[in-house]
Amino acid sequence: MNVLSQNVALAASAPMVSEQYDDARQQREAATLGMWVFLATEILFFGVLFASYTILRVLYPQGFAVASRHTDMLFGTIETGVLLSSSCLIALAVRAVKLDQHRVAVWLLSATAMLGVTFLVMHGFEYYKEYTEHLIPGIDFKQPAPRAHAVELFFCLYYCITGFHSLHVTIGVIVIVVLAVRVKNATFGSQRYTYPELTALYWHLVDIVWIFVYPLLYLVGRSG
Amino acid sequence: MSTSDAALAIPSPSRSFWNGDYGLRAWLTTRDHKRIAILYALGITGFFFLGGAAATLIRVNLIEPTGSLLTAETYNKAFTFHGVVMVWFFLIPSIPATLGNFLLPLMIGARDVAFPRLNLASWYLYICGGLFAVASLLAGGVDTGWTFYTPFSTMFSNSNVFLVVIGVFVTGFASILTGLNFIVTIHTLRMPRMTWYRLPLFVWTMYAVSLVMVLATPVLAMTLALIALERLAHLGIFDPALGGDPLLFQHLFWFYSHPAVYIMILPAMGVVSEIIPCFVRRRIFGYRFMTYSILAITVIGFMVWGHHMFVAGQSMYASLVFSIMSFIVAVPSAIKVFNWTATLRKGAITFEAPMLYALGFIGLFMLGGLTGLMLAAPALDIPLTDTYFVVAHFHYVMVGGSVMAYLGGIHYWWPKITGKLYSEGWARAAAILMFFGFNLTFFPQYILGYEGMPRRYHSYLPDFQVLNVLSSAGASILALAYLLPVAYLLWSLRAGAAAGNNPWNARGLEWQTTSPPPKENFLSEPIVREAYAYDEPAP
Repeated sequence: MNVLSQNVALAASAPMVSEQYDDARQQREAATLGMWVFLATEILFFGVLFASYTILRVLYPQGFAVASRHTDMLFGTIETGVLLSSSCLIALAVRAVKLDQHRVAVWLLSATAMLGVTFLVMHGFEYYKEYTEHLIPGIDFKQPAPRAHAVELFFCLYYCITGFHSLHVTIGVIVIVVLAVRVKNATFGSQRYTYPELTALYWHLVDIVWIFVYPLLYLVGRSG
Repeated sequence: MSTSDAALAIPSPSRSFWNGDYGLRAWLTTRDHKRIAILYALGITGFFFLGGAAATLIRVNLIEPTGSLLTAETYNKAFTFHGVVMVWFFLIPSIPATLGNFLLPLMIGARDVAFPRLNLASWYLYICGGLFAVASLLAGGVDTGWTFYTPFSTMFSNSNVFLVVIGVFVTGFASILTGLNFIVTIHTLRMPRMTWYRLPLFVWTMYAVSLVMVLATPVLAMTLALIALERLAHLGIFDPALGGDPLLFQHLFWFYSHPAVYIMILPAMGVVSEIIPCFVRRRIFGYRFMTYSILAITVIGFMVWGHHMFVAGQSMYASLVFSIMSFIVAVPSAIKVFNWTATLRKGAITFEAPMLYALGFIGLFMLGGLTGLMLAAPALDIPLTDTYFVVAHFHYVMVGGSVMAYLGGIHYWWPKITGKLYSEGWARAAAILMFFGFNLTFFPQYILGYEGMPRRYHSYLPDFQVLNVLSSAGASILALAYLLPVAYLLWSLRAGAAAGNNPWNARGLEWQTTSPPPKENFLSEPIVREAYAYDEPAP
């Protein structure tokens, strides 16, 4: 009985190994590689949008320059700061999990999720502002000739890219909240941290994609 | 094998993966890669015969020049149905999802794939996407062809395009997740001493095909999502009225859909590379070169998509580069054909049913490949674009190549999967019938295309009737040849003799376990040696 309860106690802190793996190390390797492969597919998803952006921008450089002036650089810049800070916080959270500092980790993860929500809310305000300025294709788009079509194309891409990215942010926030709850229940610790680490990897990807989105949609073409 | 040996070889019922939990619920929640493979096989077979039914309609309609069976519009819907179902829901998942799922862990000595739950999720995505798309195709029909070219698909065709695109989109994720699963499995779950250069070539092709699935399918998924958004929310990136670029759609579509051809043919090459050494009793010729050519096809296969667009208005220089790359990608394919042939040389060849399929594959794939070279040259491709020559070419590769190899693989591993032997006589008859039926169906189409008969029309000039009748006659033989295996394979489940662990005296780890394998795959640790050690006795 004593041995059994000891085993149960050990099992809670030690990683559970699924039957297809030999040991925890192999399981960890598999999960990590799986995440990297998944991130590669994500790059290609966004790659389509970036490729489309490149081609249409080459076709309509002036239209795109006009259009990018309609985006809100202040909001975009703050959003970039918010997302970068959140990436920093989740990296610290993973470190806290590895050091078994569960309370700190929960706080850091909650802050990360809050920043994610902030990002989404700010985007909401941006979308509303664009709505009032008649910039949303398909719903309400009225811009003066002669470059109206190119501006509309830009905003088609703008909504595809930022919409798809915001979808990723939303999924990330949900995953991080779930992770925070599980960390609070002491599911993870110095012996078991693959899941927090992989969540952080995903969040960094969301961040890195934005680092490309921000200059392409908000900055390029403004100076000319 | 004496009867007492055979009795020993049959695992006790509780040990086989078929047994244990019989219920529907147990099957639909299984995480066993072998059961998931069976689930895939059922789905794929269903879609194959659905797609085949549409092909039957097409061939019956084309018996007479006026094409009086179907109206032009129904005809368009029939070939779209045929293409969508066969490409997205049969050919792409066929070998990887069934044979690959079943065999990959066995071949590397693993207990399962790396992510069994994800594997089951992939099946659900596949089957839901497939049924949804088929329901939408039947409910209203789509007439865009399987390629969904813009602006027709976004601006003019009916609204079912949206639903079918969603179905294909969902199924794309099944493909991505299967690829991810296989890559991780091969990297992390090989048993000790199973080094990369001891892997059977089938595993190498599974690795290569997984790379293509993982790197190309997201591009398709996003492109289809853009079509859906254009129809739904008027975000018209491809919309020419706004100055958007319909050609961009074609580039993105073929960036996936040309590598998709390699998703279809690479696994077929893997299957053939397993079958031939077994029935020649020799090591495969040039193992290392086979692996290099698999990788070369994978990489170069990503750089040839523009040969689908020689007449679409891309620049002459782009066409030139794509043409050269298309010639280059033929080199590793040719190396493989030479190596299979060299394996045959001085071998003790026997002609069991799987071998007949494999030999049929080599012949048909060669014809398909060589006509592919003709189409890779713009000078020939431009007059031949959208004629039956193209139709014949890709059916030689996809049906003559992939489907022959798939059926060869099903026959080769049937005793392992089910533990039963099928009727060898019937199987050989079906394989031979299929070879002749196939050639009678599609060889006339080469001539028709060369003479200028365009594809995708429900009627044609009376001059073309003789060859069309020949083609339709061949199709009926082919249909019979596809139905035969269903009958005798199912019959073998009931009345087939017990197969024993290794009926072909083959090498490879999967033959060292029982037939059918137990849930945990191996009851004792298999012995790892070099692949295809047919010059050594079986362990």
